[in-house]
Amino acid sequence: MARRWMRVLRTPLGLTTGVLVAAVVVLAIVAPILWGDRADAVDTDNILTGPSAEHWAGTDGLGRDIFFRSLVASRLSLELALVATVLGVVVGLLLGTAPLLVGRRLGRLVTAGVNIAVAFPGLLLALFFAVVFGVGATGAVLAIGLAGAPSFARLVQTLVAGVASLDYVSAARVAGVGRVRILLRHVLPNIAEPLVVNATLAAGGALLAFAGLSFLGLGVQQPSYDWGRLLFEGIGTIYVNPMAAFAPGLAVLIAGLAFNLFGESVAKGLGVTTVGGVPVLPANDAKRSGAGEDEHSTADAARPSPSDLVLDVQDLRVSFPGADGPIRPVRGVTFSVRHGEALGVVGESGSGKSLTALAVAQLIEEPGHVDAARLDFRGEDLREGPRAHRHLLGTSMAMVFQDPMTSFNPTRRMGGQLAEVAVHHQGMTRKQALARAVDRLRAVRVPDPEKRATQYPHEFSGGMRQRAMIGMGVMGNPSLIIADEPTTALDVTVQQQVLDLLQSIRDEDDVALVLISHDVTVVGEVCDRVLVMYAGRIVEDLPADQLDGGARHPYTRALVAAVPDMHTDLEQPLAVVPGRPVDPADVPVGCAFAARCPLADDHCRAVDPPLAPVGDGISVACWHAGEPLGLDEETGELMEAETV
Amino acid sequence: MSELRFDDVTVRYGTARRPFTAVDGVSLTVPAGQVVGLVGESGSGKSTLARAAVGLAPVHSGQILLDGEPVPRRGRVRPLQMVFQDPFSSLDPRMTIGESIAEPMPPGPSRAERKREVQRLLSLVHLDPVMAGALPGRLSGGQRQRAALARALAGQPKVVIADEITSALDVSIQGAVLNLVRELQRELGLSILFISHNLAVVRYVASHVAVMYQGQIVEQGPVSEVLVAPRHDYTRELLAAVPGSRPSPQAHPAATARSSS
Repeated sequence: MARRWMRVLRTPLGLTTGVLVAAVVVLAIVAPILWGDRADAVDTDNILTGPSAEHWAGTDGLGRDIFFRSLVASRLSLELALVATVLGVVVGLLLGTAPLLVGRRLGRLVTAGVNIAVAFPGLLLALFFAVVFGVGATGAVLAIGLAGAPSFARLVQTLVAGVASLDYVSAARVAGVGRVRILLRHVLPNIAEPLVVNATLAAGGALLAFAGLSFLGLGVQQPSYDWGRLLFEGIGTIYVNPMAAFAPGLAVLIAGLAFNLFGESVAKGLGVTTVGGVPVLPANDAKRSGAGEDEHSTADAARPSPSDLVLDVQDLRVSFPGADGPIRPVRGVTFSVRHGEALGVVGESGSGKSLTALAVAQLIEEPGHVDAARLDFRGEDLREGPRAHRHLLGTSMAMVFQDPMTSFNPTRRMGGQLAEVAVHHQGMTRKQALARAVDRLRAVRVPDPEKRATQYPHEFSGGMRQRAMIGMGVMGNPSLIIADEPTTALDVTVQQQVLDLLQSIRDEDDVALVLISHDVTVVGEVCDRVLVMYAGRIVEDLPADQLDGGARHPYTRALVAAVPDMHTDLEQPLAVVPGRPVDPADVPVGCAFAARCPLADDHCRAVDPPLAPVGDGISVACWHAGEPLGLDEETGELMEAETV
Repeated sequence: MSELRFDDVTVRYGTARRPFTAVDGVSLTVPAGQVVGLVGESGSGKSTLARAAVGLAPVHSGQILLDGEPVPRRGRVRPLQMVFQDPFSSLDPRMTIGESIAEPMPPGPSRAERKREVQRLLSLVHLDPVMAGALPGRLSGGQRQRAALARALAGQPKVVIADEITSALDVSIQGAVLNLVRELQRELGLSILFISHNLAVVRYVASHVAVMYQGQIVEQGPVSEVLVAPRHDYTRELLAAVPGSRPSPQAHPAATARSSS
């Protein structure tokens, strides 16, 4: 928390405005003490004079020094602004949190009241209150404070509602924690930051509003004075002594800007990071990144002739700039996909499997960087960049993402979105393209495709949207479909239908499929061959039918044993891979899996094993491939077989 | 050990003019010391049923009974605790793990006793007791879900409701959490209502299973019967959809495609 506030101060704007705010506050405290007498000193010899060496900004009607009066006025100006802000914030907080505290029905009433109040222009409210409470400082404070309350209440309501719907608040309610306690312990701390930021902004606004009210004669009355009052007095003599109006005006400008810009920069600084405190990436050893450069796949000999291949990837690397040197989530991946082949890619979150797919589809955006020794799609070198192959990628490669809702434009009809592909890449007319879209929707078994094509994405269920997404992919005549966790967000029954659909498209049109999933059973069911990824590398490449029993790498074996199926032994614990996945910013020397592997020895921790063929169509990157493993009877953790 | 019984429970949302019945006359019993699996697709009402039990959803009609008594929905003592699906939103990011776990503890014990209890619960779910001082942001998904389990246990519940507690986790971590659920159930003799959409998972942890479809329970019974000889069409559909369980000729069209090419 403190660290994040420090980060705000480290930006140039944050630092400047922070210092400025502090300076204004200090000035407000010390000015009346230091210069109070000089500001009030009446000098009848010098009435309404212009700037001079003695009076920098001239004097007023009683010969008082305007420069010092402007400095001293900072106390009252700031005081009034802060009191008004506190008033607005407190009333706003009370109104904003009321719906949570007083129950649904009464809360709705409060919300409605706030909504009406928000609709009134703030300044109008302030003028109204100023009349009600009478002309003077008290009236102005109440006016500006209460005028600011509705918008603050609205903000609090929105923030509270957002937090109150989260599971940890539900959990607290289930635990029997009272409403007030939930508000104080769970809700307010989690909305404090935006509230503080907005209160700072409101203080700036109140400062300006006060200047405005006093300037109009509705605020501070003589003999007290704030900046607005000084401005009011100065404006009358503006042709005689422009400085009399300029000095307090400048003060208002600086103070107002300081508060507003400080609030803005705090908002910006805090807004970019997610709540919850992302763990700081550990220091990265830059030298380490060179390790393994020389270890290419040795499977070249077994490579089928290039004409067979839809996709041929060699030594693919993806890197992102990090705080401590580049982060390399994909570190030298080599694989190929034949015509009509279904290739599965499995691994846990952060293993680099999705990034590998995105890199192949040329979808890695700046500042990410893709590098490969070879990246051929249907014989074309994709390394020249996506522009050179837009047409090829648009028609021959299809991507299916996990969340189809975010892959469609919610404001456009489904048919039109599908048709766009054909208009752009196949040169069809709009009408032909629409007909093709309906035909493709039928092909992906969307019932009543003519009607569906005129509907919007939100009218589709999750499974239907995923079908439409696949339909979009087959608008051209793709030779490769890359599906990144296409069924993770779906129910099991719908998942099965989508997998069946992918399967049938593959069979009918001889389309190759790359299916990425964290669920090894899904991949095993659909694919011919499976790549297992760990920490940005392929650790095992094996035929899908070898998954159950034939896998050599301890990680693959653990993944398979970790998922219960309908034949799992109920007496045994499920396999557990102890420890945590590797942080891509801090990949260890040697085998990345060594820290979690029961078979690991010093050799493993020193030298990264290359991916090497071991027979049965399996390639594996492990110094102890195929050595017996057991499960701990108690915890399910992997262990060496002898110790079981 | 206690028995949780849903007696003809109906949950309705929306206005009186346009009501939406999420749960429609469900009767279900979680016997003392048993794990009952509740399966169904999203939108079938299974989560709503769970939320109704702990007072997070309004019960329109029917009763939810714990050992024959209505489940208390007010006060500090809550014998029914729930573990949520998403471990990334179910722990307050501003509270340490220890504070979160201590929250549902019944009032009474001193600060030191509470602290000891937190340590005990953490080791019960196989987390390092020093984690008590950590913020959730420091923990992985699996570790968070363990902490969420510990928090539910801190309330000294008689029955625990686990709502899709593994579906937001990677499969490699899912196994560890399932092992833990089984272990806790055996050691503490808990009654658990275990909600999931994955039959293989339910089969692994539960002794009984109830299948929910469009707000109603369409089939229930011992796991060994329902999953071996399903009577309702929807149950059969669910069974067929479990990955890796398809009948063999259809199972690997890939294999035939390969041999023919």
